Amino acid sequence: MLEIRNLNAGYGSFQALFDVSLKVDAGESVAVIGPNGAGKTTLLRVISRLIEVGSGELAMEGRRYNDIAPHEVVSLGIAQVPEGRRLFPRLTVEDNLMMGGFTPAARRHHRERLDFVYSLFPRMKERRLQMAGTMSGGEQQMCAIGRALMSKPKLLLLDEPSAGLAPVIVQSIFELMKRIRAEGYTVLIVEQNIQQVLQVVDRGYLLETGRIRMGGASEELLASDEIRKAYLGV
Amino acid sequence: MEFFDIFLLEAIVNGLLLGGLLALLALGLNLVFGVIDVIWICYAELIMVGMYAIWWMYSVQGAPLWLAFVFGVAIVALLGAALHQFIVRPVLTAEPINQLLVTGGVLFFLQAAATVVFGIEFRNIGIRLPGVNVGELHLSMARLIAFGVALASIVVTYLFLTRTYTGTAIRAISQDREIMPLMGVNASRIYLLTSALGGALAGLAACLLVLQYDIHPAIGLSFGPIAFLICVLGGLGNLVGGFLAAFIFAQFISVGGFVFHLEWGYVLAFLFFIVMMFWKPQGLFARRY
Repeated sequence: MLEIRNLNAGYGSFQALFDVSLKVDAGESVAVIGPNGAGKTTLLRVISRLIEVGSGELAMEGRRYNDIAPHEVVSLGIAQVPEGRRLFPRLTVEDNLMMGGFTPAARRHHRERLDFVYSLFPRMKERRLQMAGTMSGGEQQMCAIGRALMSKPKLLLLDEPSAGLAPVIVQSIFELMKRIRAEGYTVLIVEQNIQQVLQVVDRGYLLETGRIRMGGASEELLASDEIRKAYLGV
Repeated sequence: MEFFDIFLLEAIVNGLLLGGLLALLALGLNLVFGVIDVIWICYAELIMVGMYAIWWMYSVQGAPLWLAFVFGVAIVALLGAALHQFIVRPVLTAEPINQLLVTGGVLFFLQAAATVVFGIEFRNIGIRLPGVNVGELHLSMARLIAFGVALASIVVTYLFLTRTYTGTAIRAISQDREIMPLMGVNASRIYLLTSALGGALAGLAACLLVLQYDIHPAIGLSFGPIAFLICVLGGLGNLVGGFLAAFIFAQFISVGGFVFHLEWGYVLAFLFFIVMMFWKPQGLFARRY
């Protein structure tokens, strides 16, 4: 579904990603793991076209999209839950969800999508008229995921969904990942919480200092000496 | 004493009517600032251009009044969009002082251009609406119309901002501009639309003012500062705050002018503003929307 070939990208003269290649097939859930500053967020920002591609290729469903405008990426079927959730704090939950379904295609299915998000997160229905900024971190994360689902994406990008949340909430966020997967969504997730994320995805890539170091099935990565020593502390 | 009270009541009602008009004046300016974070210092000069456009269409071209009004609103909406595209957009990431200076430059440019094109003579469209008696109160028809139209356009603007996708995007973009592309929203387009809407509101204000005031190149100076101070008093960018502040300001002008002398109303209003800036520098109603 998503294919990235030999990608180089960065900010100004600072290069953050070096020759990155990865792909996500339809129905799969894939994680990009790695330490802070490895370039994980940059990678997702490039995929959503918030950052220019230096060289290399981005393709969605076989179609190269290196040069489209950032706001057109949603229409390709790619939605992102950004790092730190980034809800509109002084809009209600329902208005935030409305923004997630802004594209003309999504507007036609507004009611149906809203019902779907509310069935996934009944809490959001209870809070639909509350200002998003006044909710707890876990609720805000639900709202942010719901917002991304409003466009009925083919591919859902999640940037550090567990960051800044209490351990109990983190657990429930990963439970949620399983449910979203079960709904048939294709997911690309970026996480520092390596042990937990590898338990809910099919495959993973290890990104270090802007380069892909390893790639493989989740069990392989969990069993590999390199990851066990460097990241899992065993 | 009883007859004194009637005049006081009349001053209060006139203040209320003026408040509606001032609220409309402040709305466009406040909307643009709240969303784009740039103050159009030349806002009242856009209104001046609108007044001339209406006068030209009605008095010079002989078009019907409604057509002249539509023309005036359209011209100023286009002018607002052009102001954004060619003047504000290049300085969007510049220092606020530069943004202020560049729109200040537009203020004097428009004033000078109007002088060149229309001369310094006072113009008017020659319509003088009659007075209306409501019980013992004697009120101006033009002011009643201005109040009604101003309130209606504020309500329509409010519904647009809260009930439509584009309106919600306008509110959203003021809170987090960077992630708008992730929503599929073209931020530049929303900015342009907001500017056109700000311009259209200025054009609407021009329609109402042209019924009450003569037109001259410097007319913007007689209500531009008031519109700006109302926005500051209400908390810059806070639409509801600006709305309430307009009515407070108008009562100072109207009742103050009645109790002392007409010109004293303005003195008191501006004095009130200065005192409020010491007490609540962020405005009476600081939070945005």
